Amino acid sequence: MLDYLLSFLILTGAIFTFVGSLGLVRLKDFYTRLHGPTKATTLGVGCLLIASAIYFSNREAGMSLHEVLITLFLFITAPVSAHMLAKAGLHLGLPSLAKTPEEKIPEKDNETTKTLTDKKTAVDQ
Amino acid sequence: MLNMVIPMALALVTAAVTMSFWRLLKGPSVPDRILALDTLYVNTIALLVLLGIHLASALFFEAALLIALMGFIGTVALCKYLLRGDIIE
Amino acid sequence: MRRLLPHPLLTPILAGIWLLLSNSVNPGQIVLGLLLGWAIPLLSIHFWPDKVYIYKPLTLLRYMGVLLIDMVLANFTVARLILGNPGRLKPAFIVLPLTLTSDLAISILAISITLTPGTVSAQLSPDRKHLLIHALNETDADALIVTIKRRYEIPLKEVFEKC
Repeated sequence: MLDYLLSFLILTGAIFTFVGSLGLVRLKDFYTRLHGPTKATTLGVGCLLIASAIYFSNREAGMSLHEVLITLFLFITAPVSAHMLAKAGLHLGLPSLAKTPEEKIPEKDNETTKTLTDKKTAVDQ
Repeated sequence: MLNMVIPMALALVTAAVTMSFWRLLKGPSVPDRILALDTLYVNTIALLVLLGIHLASALFFEAALLIALMGFIGTVALCKYLLRGDIIE
Repeated sequence: MRRLLPHPLLTPILAGIWLLLSNSVNPGQIVLGLLLGWAIPLLSIHFWPDKVYIYKPLTLLRYMGVLLIDMVLANFTVARLILGNPGRLKPAFIVLPLTLTSDLAISILAISITLTPGTVSAQLSPDRKHLLIHALNETDADALIVTIKRRYEIPLKEVFEKC
């Protein structure tokens, strides 16, 4: 029974890891490529680590939960690296299939900085 | 059952490593290569965990944890370099 | 009390991480973990300027459950999109107006957005009022914004900010 559960977890994990890297090859532009590794691989490695935790808990006396640490760490850090990479990509102005939002955010920033400076001059006066 | 599944899983993850490596070599832009490196770290963790189960040894855990930590720091440092042209401000 | 325990939440979390890392629950390890959990926040006090309060712990637990389910679903969605025809994807950049103000809440929202179906948070505007999201395959931007707001932002606001 446990054997089947472990096999299932290991296979699912390996397949998701594979699909995540496949996305890296198949997708067309940088921003869509970001999606594959951040999502598919986190669950893939998560499944493998849970399988490892179950395997070692079953094999030796006592629980073996330290794999959970890597899982949690990956779940927290993968989005952060994705965010940084997206930011770097936007900063370098990489070509994108979607409309790049050059105009969308800076405009609003200008407005707020403008109102801020307005307020500041009002205070100065 | 497990003896049959682990080689299959190892093959799949090795294929994943190969594909990440292809993207690392091909580019075309620097963030693409960094993304490929990041994926490579995650794939390596998967490989190490699988090897740990295969060889029934808990020694690989520390290596996997270190790769997770250093990989994250490496990715963030490289992105920071691209964004600011400087790492430590 | 305040000076001795600057971040009461951090101590049990660090102790828990220590126990996971040493992979045992010996009394000795528990004491060492608690000691580290007390000393590390004290030594790194300057890195943690903001106090963190959790107003509704139960909502936070439910939020984590929702996030876990969404994460598994997200993986299947993204796997399907990758294995499907990549030429037919309609990626889009979407601007999400934020109502959250605390840094921690915004970070958790950004992480949740990245972990859930088809979206990656890409950039936070300097005034912290707008979050730029990249969606892998999205045709209805307004519906996505409404979903994110209802599913993630409102619970986070309840948990981390006093209404």
